Formats: sequence, structure tokens, C-alpha cells
Amino acid sequence: MTILIDEKTKIIVQGFTGKIGSFHADEMIKYGTNIVGGVTPGKGGQTHLGLPVFNTVKEAVKNTGASASVLFVPPAFAADSAMEAADAGIKTCVAITDGIPSHDMIKIKRYMKRYSKSEKMTLIGPNCAGVISPGKSLLGIMPGHIYKQGKVGIIGRSGTLGYEAAQQLKNLGIGISTSVGIGGDPINGSSFKDIIEKFEADKNTEAVLMIGEIGGPQEVAAGKFAKENMKKPVIAYIAGLTAPKGRVMGHAGAIVSAYGESAIEKVELLKECGVIISKNPSVMGETVKSALNSKT
Amino acid sequence: MDIHEYQAKKILAGFGVTIPRGGIAYSPENAENKAREIGGLKWVVKAQIHSGARGKAGGIIVCNSALEVAQATDKLLGKKLVTNQTGPEGKIVNRVYIEEATDIKKELYLGLVFDRSSECIMVVASTEGGMSVEEISKEKPESIIRSKIEVAVGMQKFQAREIAFGLGIKPELISRTAEAIIGCYRAFSELDATMVEVNPLVISEQEQILALDCKMSFDNNALFRRNQVSELRDKTQENTNEVYASDRGLNYVSLNGNIGNIINGAGLAMASMDMIKLAGGEPANFLDVGGGATPEKIVKAFKLILMDEKVKVILVNIFAGINRCDWVAEGIIQALQKIEVNMPLVIRLAGTNVEKGNKILKESKISYIEANTLEDAANKAVKALKELTK
Repeated sequence: MTILIDEKTKIIVQGFTGKIGSFHADEMIKYGTNIVGGVTPGKGGQTHLGLPVFNTVKEAVKNTGASASVLFVPPAFAADSAMEAADAGIKTCVAITDGIPSHDMIKIKRYMKRYSKSEKMTLIGPNCAGVISPGKSLLGIMPGHIYKQGKVGIIGRSGTLGYEAAQQLKNLGIGISTSVGIGGDPINGSSFKDIIEKFEADKNTEAVLMIGEIGGPQEVAAGKFAKENMKKPVIAYIAGLTAPKGRVMGHAGAIVSAYGESAIEKVELLKECGVIISKNPSVMGETVKSALNSKT
Repeated sequence: MDIHEYQAKKILAGFGVTIPRGGIAYSPENAENKAREIGGLKWVVKAQIHSGARGKAGGIIVCNSALEVAQATDKLLGKKLVTNQTGPEGKIVNRVYIEEATDIKKELYLGLVFDRSSECIMVVASTEGGMSVEEISKEKPESIIRSKIEVAVGMQKFQAREIAFGLGIKPELISRTAEAIIGCYRAFSELDATMVEVNPLVISEQEQILALDCKMSFDNNALFRRNQVSELRDKTQENTNEVYASDRGLNYVSLNGNIGNIINGAGLAMASMDMIKLAGGEPANFLDVGGGATPEKIVKAFKLILMDEKVKVILVNIFAGINRCDWVAEGIIQALQKIEVNMPLVIRLAGTNVEKGNKILKESKISYIEANTLEDAANKAVKALKELTK
């Protein structure tokens, strides 16, 4: 089992015919992802990469039965597309787009409150590398081959630091159930807590690695959830030890503005929650390995 | 993006918030004329730099004649002001704001920010204006009023009234205070701001509600739809190398160490800097060239790093995914043919086709130190630095 997506999940690409959308759609198909079509308003009826193009997400869902989407729409139009997906009954939408205004993100989240829990879409991202259930489905831009299939769940903000972790695990012979990139923005679709909750419920996931960074309350909120509700071990690394206060470190959300948001403070607060800390980014794999070993 | 006090005040005035009369000046003569135009018997000359705490740094001067205004302006223009927010290098004063002096009866604090926990806009107010919000939360936490605003419907009058009553404003002034609070909210929400801070918001002896000082920051991701805001950018208030980087699509933050680094991805960049620190070194910068690490970006990154005189060693750490290490290696070699690097260079490649990438680097003529893991890269960079300073 995995979370969010597996080999059966039918997926459409929003922003399908654009340069970036086309490139990554092709990579996803090569990986074996079950892409069933795409959406580009005004290009409905055409065929792209051998798959049908639709004008609206609703049409695409009606004709293909898709339940997930991946979004490569430019920042100015991305919020509109995410809300369109939510309204069309898409269950999981992964927004890759970097540069969506924070006010738009708040708007999307407010819009999604109209749906009951069972009908509500899970939005992943934006500004993320996507979601991968190794060997089954890839919904994003990561290099699939560095992810070995297995039983560790990964949640991270950063793309390449997530690849680093996947590679370290693979080198140690450890596989991954699903890896979820929640993105580097201050307001995001799903938080660490939202995803860690899904991993706790997933029978095939035995441990969870959280790759966090400075800024915001999310890592610690997930730690508190783990302390109260989780049986599976949680391992965490927090990047940004050298980041000065008040400066944005690449990711719009990576800024220390209040107590508990620096790397040192987050590590302390996570330790209090019983989270196992990877003391540096070079030993994320080894820390997961020893957590798995001490479990059995 | 940050803007100056006078620009922020002009924005607020457009949303119905009352501000003292004032004008901007670029020379002492200019300032003297402005003071006469404004009229009155007392003025304040305020250095316009992107920082708070200017008063303590000597950036705010009270004057009793137009001549004094000219003298104060002469003293401030061209000066570098160092506050607790500017860092030791300070910020240059290129313009001053001349304002009529206000007879202050009471100073209040009003701030609006995004609250990342509730994902709402949060209004923070306090009766203890004039102090920084950090000082207030430390010394007078009981004075803080917080109000969450639902963005879909915006701030309601009752919410603004509640804040005003909470601040102990007397009944006759409640509706004017509420209007000022709503004006600040509208500026925040209609211009894609990330922070609006009026500190102090004052009640004058004449019972006016005035924004006496104001700071505003805006969401860089939204500048594409806020032309009037992006025009207010003042590059003289930003670090030269950071301006060079942002103009070229690079994510760069200048720091105090001497190991320059070029990395793809913000998270991996922070992680590499952590490793440098743990290995006993200090990073000179944060630099994310983007996940793709294209040859063009790598060339720009080397140029940028070499502009920083503090840099003694360069560390390149690229995790290649779909972009492949062999392609990244070719990009690095191309960059080094265009740019001369006369210092130790540590390169760590990882990910897709790593063997091929390392082979290409080895067979090229470039002089570098190969590293395999994050830890190895940081250790080798720190070691190279130590050998230089031996």
C-alpha cells in the first residue's frame, strides 16, 4: 500500500500542452504513471503525447474517470486551475508551480472549505517536486530511479534535499512507500501533519522521515501530532542552522520570524515530542536505518 | 520587497488613513523649502532607509526652524545608518522625509501579518506603541490584542471596533480609529502585502488618529500584478550582490563566512551550509541556482560568488535528477572556461549518471577537489580553507 497515489490512480495533467507540462508528462508516462489525458483551455479535442486534451477539468474527469491531477500552470493562473480541479471532483492535486502569491493560496484554501471532508480534494504543494509511490506512480518532477520501493514514508519541503534522502536510503538498501513534497511556500495545500496522519494510517509504511526547514509552525505541529497519536517512529532533519533571522532562504516560507522557527528551536521542540533527530543532512539514511533496527 | 516609510504612508493615505503633513527631500535646500511649505513651528527630519529603529541610530532629528531642517538634512544625506536591523554594514540615506511635528497624547501599536498557523490575516494591536513588537510581547504581553481576519469576506467593522475598544480608545474616537484599522487592512489585502506595521499609531493632542511611522513589505510572487508597488523598489537599500543575483534569476543571500557555495535547490543549499558549519567553517552565502542547474545559471553563479571578496574557497554541490550529472559537469567545465577561479574549488555531484559526470570532470583540464558525499564536500572545503590560512 501507499498513500495518495498508486499504479491504478488515473491522472490528468493541467497545463498539459505547455513546454514544461509536456516534458514532465512524458517522463511520468515513461515511469509507468497512469496518465489518461490533460487539460489546456482552448485546445480540447486535440491529441497530445497520444492522449486526449480537454478544455475543462470537469470534461476530463467525465471522459477519463481521472481522480488525480498534476498542475504545471503558470503562477498567475495556478490558483484558478487548482480551484477548478477541486470543483471537478479531483481527489489529489499536486501543484508543481513555483511563485503563486500567498493571497491566492489563502483564497484556494478558503474555497475548498465548501466541500465536505469526503468530497474535499487533497492539494499538495505548490512549489514542490511532487509525489512518488516508487514502482507504481510518479506525480511530479523527481528522477524516479533514485527511489527504491519499500516501507519508509518521506515528507519534505525541498526537491533536491528530498532526492538526497532517497539516494541515501537506496544506498543502504531501504525503500520508500511514498515520498511527498509539500513545497517551500509559507501557505501550502497540505502540511507535514496532514501527510504524517496519512502515513500513520497506511499499513505498509513502517517509519516516517520528515525533512523540514526554518520558518513556520508546521514541523512542530506534526511532531505534537506524532507524540499524541503515532506508533510508528518519526525521524526528522531540519535544514537552516546558519540562516540569519528575518531573511528568506530561497523558499518563500524559509524565514525565521518568530520563536520556534529557527532550526535549533525546531530541533529542541521536536525532541520534546519524541521525534528522532538526524543530526546532519549526511546521516538522514543512517538515522532512519537505526530507527528501523531498534524497532524490531 | 520592502519600501520606505514615506511610500508606505502615501499608500495608507490612499486608503483613508490620516498621516501628518510631510514631503520628501533630496538636498538641504529642498528640505528647507519643504519645511516652509508644510508650515508650523516644529518639524521632524526622518532618514529614509529600509529599517526600523532609526531613532536610536540618530536617523530622526527634531527641528525648531527651517534652517535647522536644512542642517539636519545635510547631516543625514549620504550617511550610512547602522541600526539593529541593518547589520554592521548599515544602510545609506539618499532621501529624507520632512514632517510636521505631532503633539502626541498616546502611542499605540498596530501590525498586520499572515498567520501561518491559521492561514488568515492576523491583526496585532497594543497600547504600548513605540516599542518593537518583540519588546511588547516580552515586556507587556497582556497588552496585546489579536484578531484573525477571514480573507474571503474581509475585515468587518465590528472587528475593527473591538480592536479599538480593546485599545481603550474613548467612544468619540472609536469610529475614526476603526476606519484607520480598516484602511490598513485594505492596503494589506488589496496590494498583496505580507506585512503592514504602523508603529506608532498615535492619538494627538488635537484628538486626531495619525499613522506616525509605517513599514510595509510585499509578496515578491505577486509583484507581477502590482506595478505601482514594484516601481517603489529602491535597490540602493539592498546588498549589491543580492541585487545582481535577483536581477539574474538567482536566489542569493550574502552571509559573513568565507566558503562560497553554489547549490541546486533551496533545501539542499541550507543543508550544505549546515554541513559547512558542522565541519568548522562558515558559509559566505546562500545560493540556489534552481533545481535544473543549467550551464547559464552556473556561469552566473560563479561570477556572483567571485564578486564577494570574502570568498576564499568555493563549494559546488549539485544533485542532478532529470538534468543528469554528465550534463551538469559539461556546464561546470563551460563555466570555468569563461571564468578564472583562482582558489580551491570543491565539486560534489550526486544523482543521475554520477559516475559519468565525475569522469567528465576528471578528464577535463579544470583543477578541483572531488567530493562524494555532503559530509565529504564540507570537510574538504573546510580543509582547503585551513591549508590556505596556515
